[in-house]
Parts: sequence; structure tokens; C-alpha cells
Amino acid sequence: MPFNLLVFACVLYVVFLFAVAFIVERRAQAGRLGWLRSPLVYTLSLSIYCTAWTFYGAVGYAARSGLEFLTIYFGPTLVFIGWWWLLRKLVRIGRQYRVTSIADLISSRFGKSNTLGVIVTIIAVVAATPYIALQLQSVVLSFGVFASTEPDGIAPPDPASTAIWVAVGLALFTILFGTRNLDAKEQHHGIVTAIAVEAVVKLVALLAVGCFVVWGIADGVGDIIARIDAADLSAWQLQPGRWTGLIFLSAAAVITLPRMFQVMVVENDDEGHLARASWAFPLYLMLMSLFIVPIAVVGLDRLPAGSNPDMFVLTLPLSEGQGGLAMLAFLGGFSSATSMVIVESIALATMISNHVVIPLWLRLRPTAGAGDDLRGVVLNARRVAIAAVLALGYGYYHVSGGSTALAAIGLIAFLGVAQVLPAMLAGLFWRGANKNGAMLGLVTGFTVWAYASFLPSFGPGAALSEAVFTQGLFGLSWLRPQALFGTEGMDPMIHALFWSLTLNVIALCLGSLLTFPGPLERLQGAAFVNVFEGAVGPQRWARGQAEPEALLTMAQRILGEDAALALFQDAARDQGKEGFLPDPTPGFLDTLEARLSGFVGAATAHAMISQLVGRATVTVEDLMAVASESAQIMEYSAQLEAREAELTRTAGALREANEKLMQLSIQKDAFLSQISHELRTPMTSIRAFSEILTEGDLPPEMVTKYGRIIHDEAKRLTRLLDDLLDLSVLENGTVQLNLGLANLQQMLDTALTAARQTRPERSFIIHRDLPSEAIYIKTDADRLTQVFINLISNARKYCDAAQPELRIAVRQRAGRVTVDFIDNGKGIPKESQSLIFEKFARLTDANRAGGAGLGLAICREIMTNLGGSVAYLPGQGGAAFRLTVPLRLEKAAA
Amino acid sequence: MSGHVLLIEDEPNIAEALQFLLSRDGLRVTHLGDGLGALDLVRSDRPDLVILDHMLPGLSGLEILGALRADPETQAIPVMMLTARGRDREAAERAGADRFISKPFSNAEILAEVRAMMHR
Repeated sequence: MPFNLLVFACVLYVVFLFAVAFIVERRAQAGRLGWLRSPLVYTLSLSIYCTAWTFYGAVGYAARSGLEFLTIYFGPTLVFIGWWWLLRKLVRIGRQYRVTSIADLISSRFGKSNTLGVIVTIIAVVAATPYIALQLQSVVLSFGVFASTEPDGIAPPDPASTAIWVAVGLALFTILFGTRNLDAKEQHHGIVTAIAVEAVVKLVALLAVGCFVVWGIADGVGDIIARIDAADLSAWQLQPGRWTGLIFLSAAAVITLPRMFQVMVVENDDEGHLARASWAFPLYLMLMSLFIVPIAVVGLDRLPAGSNPDMFVLTLPLSEGQGGLAMLAFLGGFSSATSMVIVESIALATMISNHVVIPLWLRLRPTAGAGDDLRGVVLNARRVAIAAVLALGYGYYHVSGGSTALAAIGLIAFLGVAQVLPAMLAGLFWRGANKNGAMLGLVTGFTVWAYASFLPSFGPGAALSEAVFTQGLFGLSWLRPQALFGTEGMDPMIHALFWSLTLNVIALCLGSLLTFPGPLERLQGAAFVNVFEGAVGPQRWARGQAEPEALLTMAQRILGEDAALALFQDAARDQGKEGFLPDPTPGFLDTLEARLSGFVGAATAHAMISQLVGRATVTVEDLMAVASESAQIMEYSAQLEAREAELTRTAGALREANEKLMQLSIQKDAFLSQISHELRTPMTSIRAFSEILTEGDLPPEMVTKYGRIIHDEAKRLTRLLDDLLDLSVLENGTVQLNLGLANLQQMLDTALTAARQTRPERSFIIHRDLPSEAIYIKTDADRLTQVFINLISNARKYCDAAQPELRIAVRQRAGRVTVDFIDNGKGIPKESQSLIFEKFARLTDANRAGGAGLGLAICREIMTNLGGSVAYLPGQGGAAFRLTVPLRLEKAAA
Repeated sequence: MSGHVLLIEDEPNIAEALQFLLSRDGLRVTHLGDGLGALDLVRSDRPDLVILDHMLPGLSGLEILGALRADPETQAIPVMMLTARGRDREAAERAGADRFISKPFSNAEILAEVRAMMHR
């Protein structure tokens, strides 16, 4: 088998993959994928689970530990058979929230925490690096195997340079097809198809080698079974603990490995594919493992002792002189290695650019917008990240020198990414899980993994000193990396698995229970855990389950009845369903959404239609958008409300003013008719008696009597006119006050004397406290005295007690003087107390004391003009009025 | 001219003037200072004419008029309303007043009206 031919075949194969990826990519852009988006391609792409570790290493594993290698297939098989419980949810969430990677999933679930994204990215990169190194190593090894069989003595290629070439080639291929465009969904149809092709190649190659071993070397199935029975392999013992641990580990890996997440969730086009894959993928795994034991047994049998069992798949055909078959096997191994590296580096690059580079870029260049500028940055970040991931892998390969057995590295990597599992499962099923818990769990698990599994894998004295191995960190024996907390004698792998995941889960629970999630976390938690309560909708509407009536009702609520009806009728006419409601076709739903958007905002419109269509594709961004829209709408409506309130206030003020005017107008009319009445009454008597007198022939005493009546009524009329004039002057504030110092006691004396003219026949007992009245007040003495006269006269007029009494009490307080006039009559009924100061508010007085009811109104106006007040004092046992005046009035109050 | 006039007027001076004028004309005049006892008095005394002031303390002139017109026994009795406010005329007529005199009145005018009412 000429080595050059191998290199040529290899290059040819890569060119063929290029062509496949290129053509598919073109068709994807043209939207003509057809069968390329089938469950078959999806299932085959999942086969990147089977890397070179599986292709070559499984045989080595079987040669060393018997059937234990099967655990690596059992885990994924269980996960896929039980797809309904976990994978379905994972894929649904991935599609619904356009999750781009496992780091993105964890970060979104826990409130878009970028810190978490960074932590998961770091874990993934650290755990994947040895794995990538492993793939490079297997390619280098397989080249070496071929080169060593060269009879011509061509120098075998230098492993390091081979590894570099392979790494560079893979980096180029990945960059070419992994960073062609920025798809919102991060899908790479070209690459996925190329990987499906590689999946076929590696399966065919392994089956071909297997068939050759069973039917070419051995004599069929019976012979093989006999050989297996005879081999040392059959002496192998099942260790239940280790088996359980490894099955669990591989099950965890199949959902947490970045590359698996990429093909299973991110590249998923249709949830239905998952159902098909749930049995097709285990079948693929079964076929891949079918001939492992025969190849191992026959290899151990036929090949010289000491040959590397990890390479039996290649060395067996070669030793049997089957060049073509060996070439196929080589291509199978090559496919396994390359497909894993390509997808892994894409997945890691996506994480690195999304969670590390772009956030940093945006922080450092806050002015950078999210335009084409940023697209370029993202693509370049991806390219650099892919190169960096491969460089890391190569570096690791170079440093470790391909020392350890392949299987060991694979398991260590599995356990590394499995640290994401608790956070992921908690995120999917436990609403109470929060960011702090996830962070604590991830960091704890990762630390324990690094200390107990990853670092020791370099061997004692490499990463960890001998002392640490034997005495523990800081000499603490319970901190020995392979005997934590004094668990001696455990299998190192199971030991690390147990402690890392146990502590991881404990930290996760404690962190989640002891801290409170933020609002965004709670939203996301609810959305993820209850993802099936809504259902998926891509950006375009699939034909929904919505009832047109429900849609119409909603549209009418928002657009208004007629507009909504018109919209629906037009749509129905377009669908040829004149007179009926339109079907909720995607086109119609889009139209409706667009129309609603104008009213309630895009996010709200989408969410509303989603609700009715039964596909609540409400992401947190949607919710946030809805919230901000709602906030805007609320703000707007708050403005409207404020304006409305203002209008209401204005209207109220207008109404009040109007009512006041009306009242004033009514008052004015009442006032005028009162005046009319008060003027006409004395005039009537005057006119009647003067007519009688002018007729003559009256006895003199009658003449005198009628003359006196005329005189009294004329005086009454004059008094009324005086009062009216007085009142109008006082009310208009045009009154001239004569300010001066006046003695209160003198003023009261004057008033009492003057008031005696009112019902002079009545004798009043007056109670006074003379010392308290010895006050000089600066005021208009005549006006104040007028008020005193009015109040005393009222008491004389209306106090109905058998022995009427009037008490005058004077008090000084804070620059003001109060004078109370309290009689011992019935007082004024409660309902009338507020009226007495109004004009003509003469209560029904049987006494008709000759007042027109203007007295108290005048008092009130005078007191206002004097900067004081007059008020009725209820509850004093009789009628009681309190006057308040300032001790010193400086100027007339307006 | 003879007849019985019931005068309901709260202003004592106006009442005195009317009593003087109507007695001089040969009429018997009963005077009430407010509307409270008016209805009973009308029922018991059956006056030929009621002269009713509009603004009364207690029961207003319009209320008394309404009560008189509502009672079949008294509804036929002629009523003359006196008022010091011109705008009360309509209300008085609606309530069933036969004559309406505004204050201040001329003696001749009121006597002529009373005579006319007594002769019907």
C-alpha cells in the first residue's frame, strides 16, 4: 500500500467532502434542501458521537477490559430511547429560543447571565481540548501505521508535522464552511451533510473490517464465538459499580458534549427527526459495536504481542495484505476524527465568540453598533476561535506526546463536560434553580474534576506533584486527588465521577435554595421548564390551530369592530370564501400580525397571536419587548389620562364657575325680588294711608295715627336704602376706613346705648367684664361700633327668654381680640346657622323687628373690611356670635 | 255693599289700611296675621272673599290658595292675591287666583276689584 497513494486518497477524500459541503451550502441558500433535511441526515450527523476514540479505541478498550466498552454505547442508547422525556424538551427549547450552544442554553436559562456562559465555555474548551488532541493523535498514528509498512524504506512522516498539517487542514475546512454566513440559527447545512457522508464512510469501513475478520480470517460466526470463548477476554468480570458509572457518564456526555449539542439541538430542522433518530441512532451505535469484540479477539490472536490494540482496525487488514480494506479503514478513522474536530471546533468557536469575544468587544468599543460592522467582527471572531481551538488541541497533543491510552482521555473529557449536566437538568425541570446555584455547581464540579481527574491524567509529577498524590494537597490526606474525603481504593474514574457530580449537585441545590433569582431568571425559568405549555412557532406562522372566531374577537378588541371585520372579509374574499371567516393560513396570520403590530407593538402582537394559534413562541426578549411596549403604551395612556384628568379638572372648574354664576344669578334674582318686596311693603302702607289722608273727613286722632304710620314706614324705607347702599359699598371694597385708636369699653358702651332703641320696652341684664375691655384697638371705631349695635339689637329683637340676658366676653390672643355676644334665648337652629349671614336671610320671625335681614350680612362685610371675622358660636345655650378683630389694623384689607 | 272678607296679611300696617278701606265700604273684615289658621277659618266662616298676601310667615299665600282650590268645599270661594313682587302673578294665576293686585296698590283700584268680585 504506497504511502503516497494514501496521502493522495486522503486529499481526494477531503476534496470530495469539500464538494459535498459546497453544493449543499449552495442549495441551502437557494432554499432547496429537500431530502438533505431528512431524519436520515439528522441521525447520521449524530454519529459524530463515534469519534476516532470509538473507531479505533473501542477495539483497544475491548482488548483491555472486555465488554466494558459497550457502556459507551448504552448511555446514549438509553437517552435516545427515552427521548420523550429529555431530548424532546432540549430540542424544543433549543429551537424555540434559538439556542446557539450549550453555553447559550445555560446562560439563557439562568437569566442571560454571561458569566455562566463564560464558565460553561471554559469547561467545554478545557474538556474538549484533550479530545481534539486525541483525534489528531489517531490520525497521526494511523498515518504512522501505514508508513511503517512501507517496504521502500521511505522515511515515515514526522508525527508532529503530520499533526500540524492535519490541524491546519481541519481549521481551514471548518473556517470555510463553518463561518460562511451568520445564520440566526447557527445552522451549517453543508457541514452537517458532509458529516453525514463521513458517518456512512466510517460505518461501512468498520463493518467491512468486521466482515473481513469474521468471514475472511475466521470461518464465520460460529468460529468467532468459539474464538471469543477461548480468549482471555471471556474471563473478564462485570463490575456493576463501574458499569453503572460509565453508562451514566456516556449518557450525560451525549447531551452535554458541545459537538453533540450542536448537531442534536442547534442543527435540528424538525422535531420529528428526533423521533426517528430515537431508534435509528441506537441502531447505528449497535452496528458500530457489532464487530468490536471479534476484531479485538482476532487481533490479539493474530498480531504480535505488544502491538497497539487501539490500531487493530488498521493493522489487521494490513497484516493480512488487504491494502484496499486498510485504505477504507483508514478513511473511516479519518472521517471519525475529522467530523468530530470540525463540529467541535464550530461549537466551541460559537461559544467563544458569543460569550467571550463579542461581550468584550462591545465593552471595549461601546460605540460599535449592531450593524454589518458587528457581523464582520463575529465572523472573524469565529475564525480566530476555530484556529485557536485547533491550536490548543495541537498544543495539548504536542505537550502530552500521545502518552495515554485513547480511552482514558475520552472518559476524562466525558466527565469534564458532564459537569454541565446538573445545571442543565435543573434548568429544564426545576424552576427554583437559579443563577447562583448553577454557577456554584459548575465551578465546584469543574474544580473537583480538574483536581481529581484531569490533572492527575498527566501522571504523577507532571501537573500535580508526587507529594500531592500521596499526601494530599497541603498535606491534608483527605485531599488526595484520587482518594478524596478518605474514599480509598475506588476506581479513579468512578471516584472522580462520584465526587465531582455529587459536590456539583449539592452546590447547585444549596446555591439555588439560599439565594433568590432575579425577575429575568424567573421568567426564563418558567419559560424553559414549561416549554411545552406553549408550542413552537418559527418566525413564520405555520398553519395554526386558531379558531378564526377567536382571532376575530381579538382583532376587534384591538383594531375596532368594523376595521377588524373588514380585514377578515378581505382575507376571506382572497381565499375564495366570500361570506365566511378566513382560514388561519400563514399568510393571513402574517397580515394580521402586521396589522396588530401597528396598534400594540410587534412583540405583543406576536405573543397574542401565538396564544391563539396555540404556539406560544414567547422568548424572554419577546416578553421584555412586550413589557417595554406595554410600558410605552402605559406611559402614553398615563399621559392621556393626565390630559384627561386635566380636562376633567378644567371642566370641573368650569362647571363650578358656571354653577357659581348660576347661583349668583339666582341669588341676584332672589336679592332683587327681596329688595323689591322690602321696598314695596313700606311703600304700600305709605301710599294707602296717604290716599286715605288726602280724602279728608277723618277724626284727628286717626289722622295722627295714620300720619305716624306713614312716618315710621318712611323711616323703615330710609333705613333699608341706607343698609343697601352700605352693603354695596362694603362688598365692592370701596369703603373708606377711618383708622384710629379706640377704646373697646367705650365702643361697647356706645353700642349698648344705641341698641336700646330696639324694642325699648325690654329690659336686658347685661354681663360684662370691664377690666378685660380696657383695650385700645387700632381700627375703624364707627364701623366696629355699628357691628356691636347690630348684634346687640338682634339679641334685643330675637332673644325670647322671659328674663333676657346678654353676656359680652372679651379676650386677647396673639394680636387679635375676640368679642363674644351670648344671649340666653333659644339660639339659632343648626340648619339655619350657615344662612344667617346671607342677605335677606331673615329667619321666619314672627316679631318682624323691622329689619330687612341685611344686618348680619353688613356685619360680615364690615368685619372682613376690618381684617377680622364674625361667626356664629354653636352650643352656647343661646344665640352666640364671636367677633374677631386684629389689635392693630395697619391698612384696609382688600 | 255687604259681605264677609277674610284678610290674610302679615304686615300690620297694610292690614290696618285694608281693614279701614273695606269696613268703610260696609264689608265685615276678619284679619289673620299668618296663614296657619286660615284654612280652618275659611271652612268655618265661609267668607265671600279671601284677600291673600303672597309672602306669609309659616304657610305661604300660594300654599293656602292651593289648599283652598283642592278642597271641593272651598274651591269656589273667590280669592284675591296681593303681592309685592311682580313676577308672582303667573304662579298665582296658575294656582287659581281670581284677581291679582300688586303692592303698592291704589285704594280706588283695590276697592273696585273687591266690589266686582262681591257682585258676581
